[in-house]
Amino acid sequence: MTTTTPPAAVGAQQNDGSTRASRVRKRLNSRTATVVAIVIAVVWTIPTFGLFISSFRPEAELKTTGWWTAFTDPQFTLKNYQDVLFGQSASSGQLANYFVNSLVITLPSVLFPLAFAALAAYALAWINFRGRDWLYIGIFALQIVPLQMALVPLLSFFSRGVSLGGITLMPAWNLDGAQNFAQVWFAHTCFALPFAVFLLHNFISQLPKDLMEAARVDGATHPKIFRTIVLPLVAPALAAFAIFQFLWVWNDLLVALIFAGGSEVTAPLTVRLAELAGTRGNEWQRLTAGAFVSIVVPLIVFLSLQRYFVRGLLAGSVKG
Amino acid sequence: MAVFARPRQALAIAGVLGLTLGVTACGTGSSDNSGGNNNADSAECAPYEKYQGHSGKKVSIYSSIRDIEADRLDQSWKEFEDCTGIDISHEGSGDFEAQLPVRADGGNAPDIAFIPQPGLLQRFAERGQIKAASADTKAMAEQNYPADWLKYSTVGGTFYGAPLGSNVKSFVWYSPKMFQEKGWTVPTTWEEMIKLSDTIADSGTKPWCAGIESGDATGWPATDWIEDVMLRTQTPEVYDQWTTHEIPFNDPRVVEAVDRAGTILKNEKYVNGGFGGVRSIATTAFQEGGIPITAGKCALHRQASFYANQWPENTKVAEDGDVFAFYFPAIDPSRGKPVLGGGEFVVAFADRPEVQAVQTYLASGEHANSRAKIGDWVSANNKLDLANVSNPIDKLSVEILQDDSSVFRFDGSDLMPAAVGAGTFWKGMVDWINGKDTASVLQGIESSWK
Repeated sequence: MTTTTPPAAVGAQQNDGSTRASRVRKRLNSRTATVVAIVIAVVWTIPTFGLFISSFRPEAELKTTGWWTAFTDPQFTLKNYQDVLFGQSASSGQLANYFVNSLVITLPSVLFPLAFAALAAYALAWINFRGRDWLYIGIFALQIVPLQMALVPLLSFFSRGVSLGGITLMPAWNLDGAQNFAQVWFAHTCFALPFAVFLLHNFISQLPKDLMEAARVDGATHPKIFRTIVLPLVAPALAAFAIFQFLWVWNDLLVALIFAGGSEVTAPLTVRLAELAGTRGNEWQRLTAGAFVSIVVPLIVFLSLQRYFVRGLLAGSVKG
Repeated sequence: MAVFARPRQALAIAGVLGLTLGVTACGTGSSDNSGGNNNADSAECAPYEKYQGHSGKKVSIYSSIRDIEADRLDQSWKEFEDCTGIDISHEGSGDFEAQLPVRADGGNAPDIAFIPQPGLLQRFAERGQIKAASADTKAMAEQNYPADWLKYSTVGGTFYGAPLGSNVKSFVWYSPKMFQEKGWTVPTTWEEMIKLSDTIADSGTKPWCAGIESGDATGWPATDWIEDVMLRTQTPEVYDQWTTHEIPFNDPRVVEAVDRAGTILKNEKYVNGGFGGVRSIATTAFQEGGIPITAGKCALHRQASFYANQWPENTKVAEDGDVFAFYFPAIDPSRGKPVLGGGEFVVAFADRPEVQAVQTYLASGEHANSRAKIGDWVSANNKLDLANVSNPIDKLSVEILQDDSSVFRFDGSDLMPAAVGAGTFWKGMVDWINGKDTASVLQGIESSWK
């Protein structure tokens, strides 16, 4: 994917703004700017760093003194991590088991919207049909609907089905146990699609028209064009969206709480994490270690795909 | 696709998602099926005979109880599960109060929920979402619980479910060791308590400590204070009128109670031991509020029985230990012992026979004792045998709840509409601690109660 060269039109557009961009770049390269950037980075990192130190401190110390006392009076333990990962209690800790649930929820919830949105974006950009623009505006406008508003209707859609005037359009799903994953995938896919279509449409519609026409002349069908021309060219955008969506789903608590529930079969890490502190919050020392356990995967994903993430952000800002 | 029981479902799912997914890999096998009822006829199972006949059925329970307390609950009904073959799956969540209405509205309600707020219970009852308790459950509840409790789960004359666990809020925590060293005695009337406070204040320690910071629920410990004092300055009937808004929130009788609480909470001479001045109450976490007692920087801390979990590890909670609690004394003992408390109610969203069996069982003495034996449990169930309650503070709580002279009232802020009881009342108390005068605070709360 890294070898993909940006199409000519995209490059040309970037060149148009190059004088302004280079001026900005110059200004951001000055010494003061660097110092300011470092200071901001340090200030932003301190709370996380404090949390990290705290996660290794014994409960009694953690609850009575600040994390900085660890430097003057170093006392460290792995007990918090032990509690969180392999806790004795069936109702808390054991995050290790919930890792799998989180993955099972996250991967399809990233892949489904990605696949659907890429197809939809291609159709909206390159297939001429009546009402195309209105359809696109409609999808774009759906981003305005806050997902919180859709929670109860969607839940009712799963558990009661849909009927209109006495005719059952869709029966209730009546899912049980691990089948509840399907609900979560469905919900995440629904909520992600408007943005995904919007983002990918911006990319796909920018591809040079000549390319498409040449392919059509050579006899390529839409599926063929999509697979061999469009997909490789928009790979950075696909990766950018995948990261957005991955981080969002991995960190999501609300949707998972409602559609996956808190049973050990389906609950993701976040749900478990929220329950770690005990009924009255008296075990909050576990949250420190829990936070770092749950952070590991997003961190790996982010660091390894960071380049696309930045490109994706630019995609949203420059072309949106 | 074998996991989907009905082809129609499978079609719906596959059709909508456009995919066929191997959900099987994720293992349904791990659900805690407690085995069949192989030993249903054994002697241990005799008490459960009336609940039998629902083998293989599942009942889901949703509550705000989590972590070790949830484990203990699971353990408490283990025998019931073994003997009846009913599989109970419990799920605890910190977002219980917000999630339950969403699930109920979305048609995905659990079979049973343990609701700690009668106000919330009433909401479900009015919308017809919860089912009236069966005759068996009702009979069991009436037999085992005082009428003071049952009225909180009765809406419009319909009884919805029995209480389960309880807590007593009318407690003042202190250090028996410190009291012994200094020669102080546990006060039994309000007057003695004020006198003791003065003595302690004169000795150079601020006698009271408090903390009402609790995240987005900041202010609730102060509302408990007001309610407790209200129960002492007024009759229980006036208290009921106050919580049901038959008298305005800024009634002179409420003002009197708040001002009396203020003679302790807003008295710079009395508070805030170990933390600073009056204002530090608002910024001190409720979990930390009483901790200075262990360091000798404060002598008295009014907080519920469940505060026992907050003491640092290795603190002995007993009458002869490091910390213990005494009953928050009445102003006029001749009027009986007013007790402020809370607890959760077992209500059902389904009326399948196995759900009703579980509901009845949870109201029984068998469950109360089975749960108490595992530790850390208080219930107003009068079948609860004190000998099964191990922990001294729990024992004291159960004694108070079972005492005939006790007049029990539920935590008022849980009875009021959420906008007030879990909203303006909390915020008003924070303003009050921060120096706002009683009249304008109560006026503000009153105007928010529509």
